[in-house]
Amino acid sequence: MSRLPTPAGQWINRDQPIEFRFEGDTHRGFAGDVLSSALWANGVRVLGRSFKYHRPRGIYSMANLDVNAMVEDVSGRRTNLRGDVLPIEPGLDVCAVNTAGGVKRDRLRITERFGSFMPVGFYYKAFHRPRSLFPFYERQMRKVAGLGSINPGNTPQSTPKEYAFCDLLVVGAGPAGMSAAIEAAEQGLRVLLVDEQPHMGASGAWQFASDEAVQRTCHDLARRAGALDNLEIRCGTQVGGWYADHWIALIDDQRLTKLRTAATLVATGCFEQPAVFANNDLPGVMLGSAAQRLIHLYGVKPFERAVVLAANSDGYRMALDLDHAGVDVAALVDMRLAGEASQWASRISEADIPLYLGHAVYEAHPRPGKSGIKAALIRPVDQQGRVVADGEQHIDCDGIAMSVGWMPACGLLYQAGVRFSYSRHIEQLVPGQLPAGLFAAGRVNGVFAFDDQLTDGRRAALEAAVYLGKYDGIVPKAPTHNDAPPSHPYPIVVHEKKKAFVDLDEDIHLKDFVNAHQEGYDNVELLKRYTTVGMGPSQGKLSNMNATRILARLNDTSINETGTTTSRPMHQPVSINHLAGRRFAPLRRTPMHRWHAGHGAQFIHAGDWLRPEYYRDGSKARDDCILDEARRLRQGVGLIDVGTLGKITVSGPDAVAFLERIYTGRFAKQPIGRVRYALACDEGGVIIEDGVIARLAEDRFYVTATSSGVGAFYREMQRWAIIWQMDVVLANVTGQLAAMNIAGPQSRHVMEALTDIDLSADAFAYLGVREGMVVGATATVLRVGFVGELGYEIHVPASHGLQVWTKLINAGQTEGIGPFGVEAQRLLRLEKGHIIVSQDTDALTHPYEAGLAWAIGKNKQFFIGQRSIGIMNKQLQTRKLVGIAFDENYQGPLPEECHLIIDGSDIAGRVTSIAHRSTLGYAIGLAFVRPDQAEPGTLLCVRTDGGCMVEARVAAIPFYDPENQRQN
Amino acid sequence: MKVIDCPIIGTRPAQEFHYGGELRQMPEPGQVDDEHWADYVFNRNGEPGIKREWWYHLPSGTWFIAERDNKSDQFIRTYLYPCQEADR
Repeated sequence: MSRLPTPAGQWINRDQPIEFRFEGDTHRGFAGDVLSSALWANGVRVLGRSFKYHRPRGIYSMANLDVNAMVEDVSGRRTNLRGDVLPIEPGLDVCAVNTAGGVKRDRLRITERFGSFMPVGFYYKAFHRPRSLFPFYERQMRKVAGLGSINPGNTPQSTPKEYAFCDLLVVGAGPAGMSAAIEAAEQGLRVLLVDEQPHMGASGAWQFASDEAVQRTCHDLARRAGALDNLEIRCGTQVGGWYADHWIALIDDQRLTKLRTAATLVATGCFEQPAVFANNDLPGVMLGSAAQRLIHLYGVKPFERAVVLAANSDGYRMALDLDHAGVDVAALVDMRLAGEASQWASRISEADIPLYLGHAVYEAHPRPGKSGIKAALIRPVDQQGRVVADGEQHIDCDGIAMSVGWMPACGLLYQAGVRFSYSRHIEQLVPGQLPAGLFAAGRVNGVFAFDDQLTDGRRAALEAAVYLGKYDGIVPKAPTHNDAPPSHPYPIVVHEKKKAFVDLDEDIHLKDFVNAHQEGYDNVELLKRYTTVGMGPSQGKLSNMNATRILARLNDTSINETGTTTSRPMHQPVSINHLAGRRFAPLRRTPMHRWHAGHGAQFIHAGDWLRPEYYRDGSKARDDCILDEARRLRQGVGLIDVGTLGKITVSGPDAVAFLERIYTGRFAKQPIGRVRYALACDEGGVIIEDGVIARLAEDRFYVTATSSGVGAFYREMQRWAIIWQMDVVLANVTGQLAAMNIAGPQSRHVMEALTDIDLSADAFAYLGVREGMVVGATATVLRVGFVGELGYEIHVPASHGLQVWTKLINAGQTEGIGPFGVEAQRLLRLEKGHIIVSQDTDALTHPYEAGLAWAIGKNKQFFIGQRSIGIMNKQLQTRKLVGIAFDENYQGPLPEECHLIIDGSDIAGRVTSIAHRSTLGYAIGLAFVRPDQAEPGTLLCVRTDGGCMVEARVAAIPFYDPENQRQN
Repeated sequence: MKVIDCPIIGTRPAQEFHYGGELRQMPEPGQVDDEHWADYVFNRNGEPGIKREWWYHLPSGTWFIAERDNKSDQFIRTYLYPCQEADR
């Protein structure tokens, strides 16, 4: 165990040891450890294998970016868990992902031997020829590609979603974030402070851990933040994404929180960036910040003997931390010729740490099997920044800690539309103009000194308070960086032979960039896609900056001219169950739904509604049930629930004028108590709706519309009423009213006993409408003939629907009444040749094509679509909707809806509706055909399933009761 | 997700709204030739800039006009139709 004594290890609880298993071996750690820290403390150095070459990898960042130390539960419950953020817990039993035979002896390590045959772009070039072999290539590649495996036997787990609101979200609880959150809360804002780590402090907890004054300040900030009532703190919570108008996805291990904030303050700090040199990926090479996190947060000694590669004062401070933790710091290698100007230089010499100015690590020497490192090879750097062999030294060590530069954690700012530019002053990207309501503070804003970070946090918080109208005082200026640049402009060392890694996620090394550039990929976006740099799980947080520096040098341009790639949600990897969720699709049921369900109804979805398709009758087949329902109605009486019909009331002084403008027909002279068919078109003259209009009074109309179309149609009616500024009151009463249609020769007889309305043929004729009482409910009763029989459509308040329905069923028992479903109704209307808008019409059908010219009012001044219909009517008609019929004795295959009418080698039309069986005894349908084929008796060829051609003939419609005698 | 300011009930999330296209003046059908009528029916102006658009708040059934910069996707103001010049 390489645990350090306290105060090192602020986040672990040494009183609470935990046993866990990794790759089959049992280890011990402490509560508060993550997997990587606990394994490192146990001397485990190989935590995972790399994606492509299967090279051993260890700890690199300890900052939620170590995608090479990725594990999965042995149980298969979870996969692709990153070791640097996975808390250990009793019973944890995990294995590294992406190995063949375990992380120690991964058989796939052989792939590296073929590395020289797999240059950049290899997959694009090699695996598509010959084409016939691609399925084989794909299978082989799928075996070796990818990371964790998915257990299909897992039971689905739903995770809760939560909504939250605040005035200001502060992202990152480091020095700047804590200071900003406190200032904003003290200004009276409701503040939410989040940090992805389990504790507050961020860089304050590890970067400045040896500075007692800083530690006191950090503890004081945390205490003050915790004491403010209007400041909520959520640790262990990451911001997954920034979306429009400050809609934020917050993710913790329990849930996804959908946060709406009025303003966002980003204090996300920086990611430390690696240096590029040969074997810079091996276990033992890590970022200086990772070494500091191991020491200060987890109490783990990172190495026994270390070489520190530095290009900033952070590296010097880190070297002293290592020294203090008992690590033998064999060398501090500073890439800068001039070295460090601050007090840290003398502290290094006081600690007797050998200092090599103007040197760089050229190569890390691996231990056998690349399971670690045994030495660092360092070389001097010349005036141009290149390493020279002259003066090479070999320093034994088991660790190399790098502190050569930073990159702002800019993901959220990019998502919010911020552009970054490169500042030579700090050799780093800095945010440009921030959009309204967005603020940045601290290191992400290019402010590095600890005290400056606190000041910048307060400054940004006050700006936010001004933006939100809570403060109108003086806002201090952002501090400027006065020290040497914290980042090296080119921390990249070329090795003639060995791999120097730029992107550890995707195993992309320096040579790959040179090759891609030679092939012409000299644009940052193209280079990214060709090499796949930055496309791994860490999304380039450790590689994009170096990739940009390399490309700029290859192109001999500046970073700003080279440009950077952007960042999209999610900012860090997110378990997919947080993104999955229930869909809130509305589902509507009519008031009679439970009756239907209790009587064998088989339901179908019709728009938002559930409707009975048919009622199952014993073991009878579906088609038999449907035909029986239809026959029962033709011979006696049937009842259907039509509550899904759109129902709109139109009233007011301008009601008639309004309807005349909306619909194609005429309604001005429609008598009170009468019903008319109504057809509506859009401005292009295309049929969009049909229904009936019942006139209840001079200025009061009751309008029906299609079940699925009424929502959009009503909306357009409202808009036209506003545009025309008409004095009309519209109400969509679809859900308020239940409706049912009792139809068949016996329907009058059944109804008579149940209503006070005079149903005699003279008093209440076909296409009449009456208001009255039906079994105790106020009802509007319409005589319409959609199914072609005597019938009454009864509209009653939804609360009375079930009662009226059951009374009608009971009263009709002696006449053999039965319910019928949507399928029977579709058959019955088809027998009458009635169209269904949007089934028998499409997005181009105008009334003349559909045979509905009779529904267009003559000499009307205006209606929607009139002008366009006039234009189309002058043109040659190209198709016509006709009835088609099959012979009574025909036994062959029958077409389905949308099957094509074929004439020679041409498509002449298509079937829009079909009934394979009808009460007439033969198959009938509707079809669009060419006008020259529209004559009844014309033979049509229809191509059915499998290309089989069948013959149908054009038939006159209606097929049933052409004299319209039965509905009277 | 964006928020949109309904003139009646205030700020609501964008998923509660239906976009109704740009506010356009229908030419007088009797006064315009076929070509210009077809242009009105079929063509839309997608040029970036500040647009006056129809928006509909679904739960309350309210049509209103929004002035929106369709380049930056910023809503500038919303009001009920018609807007009197004096209100602006």
